[in-house]
Amino acid sequence: MTSFVLNGKTVEVDLDPATPLLWALRDSLGLTGTKFGCGMALCGACTVHLDGKAIRSCVAPLSRVEGKQVTTIEGLSPDSSHPLQRAWIEIDVPQCGYCQSGQIMSAAVLLREIPKPTDQDIDEAMGGNICRCGTYPRIRRAIHRAAEMAPERNKS
Amino acid sequence: MNRPADPRQVHPDLHLLEAVGKAASRTARRSFLKTTAAAGAGLCIAGFVPELLTAAARRDAADAKFFAPNAFVRIAPDDTVTVISAHSEMGQGIYTSLAMVLNEELQADWSKVRVESAPVDPAYNHTVYGVQMTGGSSSTPSEWQRLRKMGAMARVMLVQAAAKQWNVEPSSCQALNGVVVHAPTGKKATYGSLTMEAAQLSPPADVPLKDPKQFTLIGKPKHRVDTKEKTNGTAQFGLDVTLPNMVYAVVARPPVFGGKVKSVDATEARTIRDVLAIEQIPEGVAIVAKSFWSAKQAREKLQVSWEDGPNAILSTEQMLADFSKQSATPGIIAKKEGDATAALAGAAKVITAEYDVPYLAHAMMEPLNCVVDLRPDSCELWTGTQFQTVDRMQAAKTAGLPPDKVKINTTLLGGGFGRRANPASDFIIEAVNVAKIAKAPVKVVWTREDDLAGGWYRPMWHDRFSAGLDAQGHPVAWTHTIVGQSIMAGTLFESFGIKDGIDAASVEGAADLLYGIPNLQVDLHSPKIGVPVQWWRSVGHSHTGFSVEGFFDEMAHAGGKDPYQLRRALLAKQPRMLALLDLVAEKGNWGQPLPAGHGRGIATHFSFDTYVAQIVEASVEKDGAVRVHRVVCAVDCGRVINPDIVTAQMEGGIIFGLTAALKTEITLKDGRVQQHNFYDYPMMRIFETPQIEVHIMPSEESPTGVGEPSVPPVAPALTNAIFAATGKRVRRLPIRARELAATSGVKS
Repeated sequence: MTSFVLNGKTVEVDLDPATPLLWALRDSLGLTGTKFGCGMALCGACTVHLDGKAIRSCVAPLSRVEGKQVTTIEGLSPDSSHPLQRAWIEIDVPQCGYCQSGQIMSAAVLLREIPKPTDQDIDEAMGGNICRCGTYPRIRRAIHRAAEMAPERNKS
Repeated sequence: MNRPADPRQVHPDLHLLEAVGKAASRTARRSFLKTTAAAGAGLCIAGFVPELLTAAARRDAADAKFFAPNAFVRIAPDDTVTVISAHSEMGQGIYTSLAMVLNEELQADWSKVRVESAPVDPAYNHTVYGVQMTGGSSSTPSEWQRLRKMGAMARVMLVQAAAKQWNVEPSSCQALNGVVVHAPTGKKATYGSLTMEAAQLSPPADVPLKDPKQFTLIGKPKHRVDTKEKTNGTAQFGLDVTLPNMVYAVVARPPVFGGKVKSVDATEARTIRDVLAIEQIPEGVAIVAKSFWSAKQAREKLQVSWEDGPNAILSTEQMLADFSKQSATPGIIAKKEGDATAALAGAAKVITAEYDVPYLAHAMMEPLNCVVDLRPDSCELWTGTQFQTVDRMQAAKTAGLPPDKVKINTTLLGGGFGRRANPASDFIIEAVNVAKIAKAPVKVVWTREDDLAGGWYRPMWHDRFSAGLDAQGHPVAWTHTIVGQSIMAGTLFESFGIKDGIDAASVEGAADLLYGIPNLQVDLHSPKIGVPVQWWRSVGHSHTGFSVEGFFDEMAHAGGKDPYQLRRALLAKQPRMLALLDLVAEKGNWGQPLPAGHGRGIATHFSFDTYVAQIVEASVEKDGAVRVHRVVCAVDCGRVINPDIVTAQMEGGIIFGLTAALKTEITLKDGRVQQHNFYDYPMMRIFETPQIEVHIMPSEESPTGVGEPSVPPVAPALTNAIFAATGKRVRRLPIRARELAATSGVKS
C-alpha cells in the first residue's frame, strides 16, 4: 500500500511499489489528465509536481512518492483559473491538446521559480516537453502572458 | 500487415466501400471544388432527406426534448446548440471551424455552441470521398456548403416556429444571436424556447444562404471551442476512456513485418501480478491484465520465437542504392509535355541530381489505442480514428457481426497526421481480436516503441532530376523520375487510387508542377516492398515539395538566376502563386542584407488546392549543426474561416516539416526497425523552434485545405538557405550535420 497526498487529499493505492506513478494516477486513481507519451522521461506528457518540483511520472515509482505531495493538472487550480490556464485559453495554445497538461505543469514550476522568465529561461524549463503539433511559439507567448497576469491575480 | 487478401469476398459491404471509393480518385478530389461550386445545391440536398437523419437525431426529435432538424445540429431548451462533427478533431481545429460555418447561418449565440463527434452513419459521409473520414486537408472545403445549409435550415424552422406562435409572417421576423425577434410587436423568443414548436415543422425544401458580405462569424479569429478542456485535464482522448470492469492489453508483434509466431513460452510472463490471459492472435501474442503496467511487464518476460519470413532481408541502406539504380531506368510516364529528351539533348547546359527522403513515422503524442466492448450480439469501440466507415466494416468483419451492430465512439485524437486513417484498420482489427480473448471490455495500448516500430510509414522516396538550360540560363527541359512504394497498392482503394500504373499520391506535387517549363516529363517506379506504408501529413507532397524545390534552386543557380526571380518568371501564368511569392519575398526581406553566415532560402508548393510560399533564414555552426532563425510563410487557402486556426496550422506544419528535415528517419536493418523511442526518433523542441511569421492572402475563393500544405515547402526552403549560407547542397533528409561541418567538402 502506498499513501501520498494527491491534489490536497490523502490517497492510498494497492499496487507494486515499482509501478510508475503515471499508471497509478491514470488507471487506479482515475485522473487521466496526466498523459502517457514515451514511458522514458523523454517527452514530458506525464509531468506532475512532486513536493513542488516538476517530475516525469512515467519513470517515478510509487515508492518515491510515499508520504509526499503530488499535484496533477486536475489539481493546478479548482476552476481553470491558474494564470497559465487563462493564458493558454487566451492565446489558443493547444491543437490536439495531448501534451498540454505536461506543458502547463512544467511551466507552472518555471513561473513559481522565475516569475518573469526570459526566452532562455523558457527554453531551459520547457525543453523536456515535446509537442508534435508544433505549438511551441504559442507556448512561449502564453508563458510570457501568464507572467504578466500573475501579479494581476495576486492583487485581486 | 494483416491486410485481407480480398476483403470483398469476406464481407459484401466492402462492395459499397468500393463504389464510394470511386469518388476518392484524385481526379474527383482535384475537381471537387469546381463540382461543389456548380452542383453544391445537389450535394447539399442530401442533408434534407429524412432518412439521412441519424438514429440519435430522430430519437431526440421524437421526444421533442431537442430540436434536431438534421443530422448536424441539435438545439436544447436551455439554448445550448450542439453541432455534430462528421470530422475528427485531431488538433486541426475542425470542431471550431465547422461550428463556425454552421453557426454563420444558424445565428445562435456563439457562446452556447458545443461540438460533439458524430456516430458512424451514412449521413456523415464525406461529401467528396463518400465515406466517413477525416483527411486530405478536406474537412472545411467539403463541409463549406453542407453545414451552412444545415444551419440555415434550422434557423428558418425556428423563425417559422416563432411566427406561427405569434401569428405573424415569418418574413417579418429576424433571427440573431439565438433570439427570434418580431420588430413590429417587439416580441422575442430564444431558440431554446422554440424547440418544441420547431420540432413539429417539416424541413423546408431549400434555404437561401447568406451573401458572404453578410458574414459575421466566418473570417473572424474566434477562440477554439476545445481549449479549456485541453488545459485542465478533462479532455477525453481514446487512451482516457475507462469502462466498468475494463481490462488492459498490450500485444507482442513480430519484429519483422509479416512475421509469424513460431512458439510462445509464457511461463515467466504469467508470474507477473494481475495477468489474466496470454494468447496468440493473428497479429502476434496478446497479453491481457488488470492493469496496463502488468500487461507491459508480462510482455517483457514473454518469450516468443518468430518466423521472420521474407522481409528479414530488408535494409534501407540497400534500398537507397537500389532506388538510385532504378531511377536511372525509365518508369511509367505520369506526365509528358513537349519533348523533354530532345530538349535536354539540345540544351546549352544540363544539370542532374538525385534526392532522397526516408521512411517516417507519424509519432502522434498519443500512442495508438482502442477500447473494445465485444459482446455476443454487439461490439462497441472507443478510439480516436480518422476512418470511421472503413474501421466499422473491418471491426464488424473481425467480430463476425453485421456493421449495424458495431458502434464506434470517436474520441478526441492526440494527433493523427494520417496514421489514424489506416487503410487496413490495423489497430482496430487487432483490438477486436484482443477483445475476443479478453472476455471483458478491454483497452489495447500501444507503447511508443510499438508505435515507432509498427510500420505504416511515409514511404522512402528517391527523386532523380535533369534540367536543360538555354544559353541565357533559362530552363527549357525538366525530367523527374520518382522511385517509391505506392500507398494505395494493396489497399481497398487500389483499383480507384491507381490509374494506368500511377498512384497519384506518388507523383503529386511533381506531375502537377505549376512552373511553366516547356518540355516536362515525370515518370514513376513503384517497387513492391514489405514495409507497410501510409499517408503522412502532406502525403506525396512531403517528398516532391523537398526534391522539386531543392532542384529548382540548383537550376536557378546553374543558370545564374536569382531563385526568387526565376520562380517569378516561371509562375507568370499562375497569378495566385505569383502574388503569394511576391508577398513572401517582401515580408521575408528577400535580397536584403543578413548577418554574416546566415542564408535565405525560398520555396513554393501547391497542395490540397492551397498555395504556400516560404522563406527560411538559417545558419550552420562549425560542427555542422543547423540553426533555423526565421520562417516567413505566406498562404492562399481561399476564404478563411478562422484566421487564427489557419495561422496555427501553418505554424504546426512548419515545425512538423522542420522535424522531418532536421531530425527523423526510420531505417531498417535485417528487416528490423532501428528506432525505438524519442531518443533515436527525436522531435523538434521549443529551444530549436524559429521565429515563425504567417501572412494570409485575403481571398474570396472557396476555402481550401490548411492542415497539410505548410509542410512541403519548409524543408527545401531550409536546404536552399543552407546552400545560400554555406554553398553546400543538401539532397538527402534528414540533414546530416557531419556533411555540413566546416571540415566537410561541398556535397555534390
